[in-house]
Amino acid sequence: MADVTLMKTPAETALAQAYESAKTTLPGNVESRAEAFELFTRNGLPHRRVEEFKYTDLRALLREAAPFAGMPSADDAKAALQAAKALKGTQALEVPFVNGHFVRDAVDFHNLPEGIEIVPLAEALANGHDWLAKLSPVEWARQNPVYQLNTTFMADGVMLRVVGKVETPVHLRFVTSANSAVATATRILVLVEDEAAVTLIESHESPNGANHQPNDVLEMIAGDRSNVRHIRLNAEGDKALALSTLNAKVGAEAEFFSFNLVTGAATSRHQVFAILDGENTKARINGATMIKGGQHADSTLVVEHAAPHCESRELFKTVIDGESTGVFQGKIIVPHHAQKTDGRMMSAAILLSEGGAMNNKPELEIFADDVQCAHGATCGQLDEDLLFYLMARGIPRKEAESLMVQAFLGEAIEFVEDQDLHDALVAVVEDWLRARA
Amino acid sequence: MPAVQETIDQVRSIDVDQYKYGFETEVEMEKAPKGLSEDVIRFISAKKGEPEWMLQWRLDAYKRWLTMREPNWARVSYDKVDYNDIYYYAAPKKNPAPKSLDEVDPEILKTYEKLGIPLREQEILAGVEPQNRVAVDAVFDSVSVATTFKEELKKAGVIFMPISEAIREYPDLVKQYLGSVVPVTDNFFATLNSAVFTDGSFVYIPPGVRCPMELSTYFRINEKNTGQFERTLIIADKGSYVSYLEGCTAPKRDENQLHAAVVELIALDDAEIKYSTVQNWYPGDSEGRGGIYNFVTKRGDCRGKNSVITWTQVETGSAITWKYPSCILRGDNSRGEFYSIAVSNGKQQVDSGTKMIHLGKNTTSRIISKGIAAGKSDNTYRGLVSAHRKATGARNFTNCDSLLIGNECGAHTVPYIESKNATAVFEHEATTSKISEDQMFYCQQRGLSEEEATALIVNGFVKDVLQQLPMEFAVEAQKLISISLEGSVG
Repeated sequence: MADVTLMKTPAETALAQAYESAKTTLPGNVESRAEAFELFTRNGLPHRRVEEFKYTDLRALLREAAPFAGMPSADDAKAALQAAKALKGTQALEVPFVNGHFVRDAVDFHNLPEGIEIVPLAEALANGHDWLAKLSPVEWARQNPVYQLNTTFMADGVMLRVVGKVETPVHLRFVTSANSAVATATRILVLVEDEAAVTLIESHESPNGANHQPNDVLEMIAGDRSNVRHIRLNAEGDKALALSTLNAKVGAEAEFFSFNLVTGAATSRHQVFAILDGENTKARINGATMIKGGQHADSTLVVEHAAPHCESRELFKTVIDGESTGVFQGKIIVPHHAQKTDGRMMSAAILLSEGGAMNNKPELEIFADDVQCAHGATCGQLDEDLLFYLMARGIPRKEAESLMVQAFLGEAIEFVEDQDLHDALVAVVEDWLRARA
Repeated sequence: MPAVQETIDQVRSIDVDQYKYGFETEVEMEKAPKGLSEDVIRFISAKKGEPEWMLQWRLDAYKRWLTMREPNWARVSYDKVDYNDIYYYAAPKKNPAPKSLDEVDPEILKTYEKLGIPLREQEILAGVEPQNRVAVDAVFDSVSVATTFKEELKKAGVIFMPISEAIREYPDLVKQYLGSVVPVTDNFFATLNSAVFTDGSFVYIPPGVRCPMELSTYFRINEKNTGQFERTLIIADKGSYVSYLEGCTAPKRDENQLHAAVVELIALDDAEIKYSTVQNWYPGDSEGRGGIYNFVTKRGDCRGKNSVITWTQVETGSAITWKYPSCILRGDNSRGEFYSIAVSNGKQQVDSGTKMIHLGKNTTSRIISKGIAAGKSDNTYRGLVSAHRKATGARNFTNCDSLLIGNECGAHTVPYIESKNATAVFEHEATTSKISEDQMFYCQQRGLSEEEATALIVNGFVKDVLQQLPMEFAVEAQKLISISLEGSVG
């Protein structure tokens, strides 16, 4: 519908003004920002007539654009990090962000684990660092309006390089502490060299009651024979509108795992754009979503098998309570030359209540004739027979439901190998279920 | 795995350059002035001797159409149609409304003979077993040239006639149901059709009647520069049953011709409609020159409780296909089924699928779709399954498989699964591994390999449906039945 001129919404006008007033102060490369914003303004905020946003109408959901958050004071940042709860206690190198700004003081740059190199993005943008050329590893993601907005406004973040096998996980901790609505746009670039291995943890949290609007992007180039495990937790406040994008380009014979657990935000959309760029690579992209009340959670996924002999497994589980709405849009693309591709995508949803809704759209786009691609989607309520079985053994209904939900989500979580991390994620699930009971 | 040789050979045997129905019939035709205008619509309406309300209906549709834009969301690309460069009406000059077969132009009769369509009742009786009789409505460009077994059907109370005749003879029935499933404003092509439709079939099965024979319509586009805009309306009243078949072919030409049909099915309480299509419009040559643009709106409304609508389609023709036979499951306990085999060759582009809209309680639907792409073609399955708030206990099972032959073609799957009711259970899968384990076990126990067993079970299932097509219509279908599922890519 690009040829229809639409009235600008207040949010679009506010974004345009925000860009006008910030463009001279935003760090670094003005050109790519201008380009991204130009692309964004051409179509504006995506709405339901835009196929990729059919189920998540951002034009309607993002009524007012919140102002971009300023740099927090050292004390504020410290207090915010102390109060942070998400995945606390996990042994990891913490790389913290408060209100979208990297808290430099919290990282001991002289004592980083071996094989880890960190460059603050604001600095890199201002100085024109070499690694900036590696941004946007997924060419076609540039067409995505959420990504365009991040590119326009990205002010802070880090660039991270991993060499060799790094044992200590890296925890990118995002905390929004402001009590009134703010927008943030962080960008993380992770360069995993050939044969390197790393576990990346991402957690996002913000206070309830404020309409925060985070839009964060994690970009990754994983080298040949690398091994990357990426675990993400969305524990945003109950009024937040959280947009996020993972762009990953994975080399040959590599192993790539990404898992996203969503319990937070009024509206969330997590986009994964992955390219399997070398032969014999194995990728597993999982997601688990638990929503209630009027929450809306969207998992969007595009996996391009750009090389032959790759294997990908996508498993997304959604639990819907109250009047919430779940969305899964997945697409596997197999171009002509990617023979012997093996792709399997599955989305399963459970509706726990009347009034919930699930929209599934598992797509395949196949041009190679010697491949195995499958997709599946199911949607329904908990099996009454199984519930009866548990209740017949003296387990109250709610508890029986919780057990079944745990088992259901467990199938997606169990691929998190790190035991502590696995347990921490299971604890999040249990908390959610306890609150329900 | 890649497709097996047997499958490749079978698909090759129906490749675009093997098109058998590409001949042209020399008949003098009378046409409406070229292009589309109110005058042309008045011309068509007058030719059909329509009452004033029908003309008004058409004109309203035309006005609406002028404000609409051609949809572009389908995964097809083609040179846009110049809607003012088409003849919207073409009928044989000699006796356009023959009373009996003896009055029909012998050239036209020969055409149907060549196509293997029996128009003479006695021939049918002599040739085939009596229980396999089929009543045929033959539509040649813009008019119906013959309808067989009309009298016998009338005895059973069944009305089977060209729609233009029905508008004159049963205006109340037509008025009540026409446009009630596919509203005039539904979409660009349906609105165009509402303005200019020329002929098609009208079927009414009275309450409690099981239609004594198969009904069918055979569509033939013959004239150059024309479009065919047929309109079919089938009403199955309470407790009735009808099976309806449709076949279509066209001559080989370098130009693209437009076929924009609307089919409406209405099933009242406990009624069942089976609608089968063997679509073999000219697909264009191997370079993608010519061929029919098949932009069709087909929709069934399970209006009554316990009603059933089944769509079966075998799609091998057309340069571009844009077609989504759908079911609105309004009545409680109603059932919708969609079985499809779509084979694309050459440079054909297929974007087809179905919509199952669950509105009533305990409604069930089943979708089985098999897409096979060869040559440089693109084959897309696009389907929607939705359960609305009140569709308690809705149930859907979808299975769509695609097969690619060669690596210059593409297979795409775009399913939409939307559930707003917790008790609705939807399953969608695109693998062949989920066939009943009992059946698999049974077959494997008797020495079949897993692959053989899978093929046997799925094909057996499809065969069940296809075998109900009469032989005359099922030449292509029969060939396709034996295509194995080996090499299915999901």
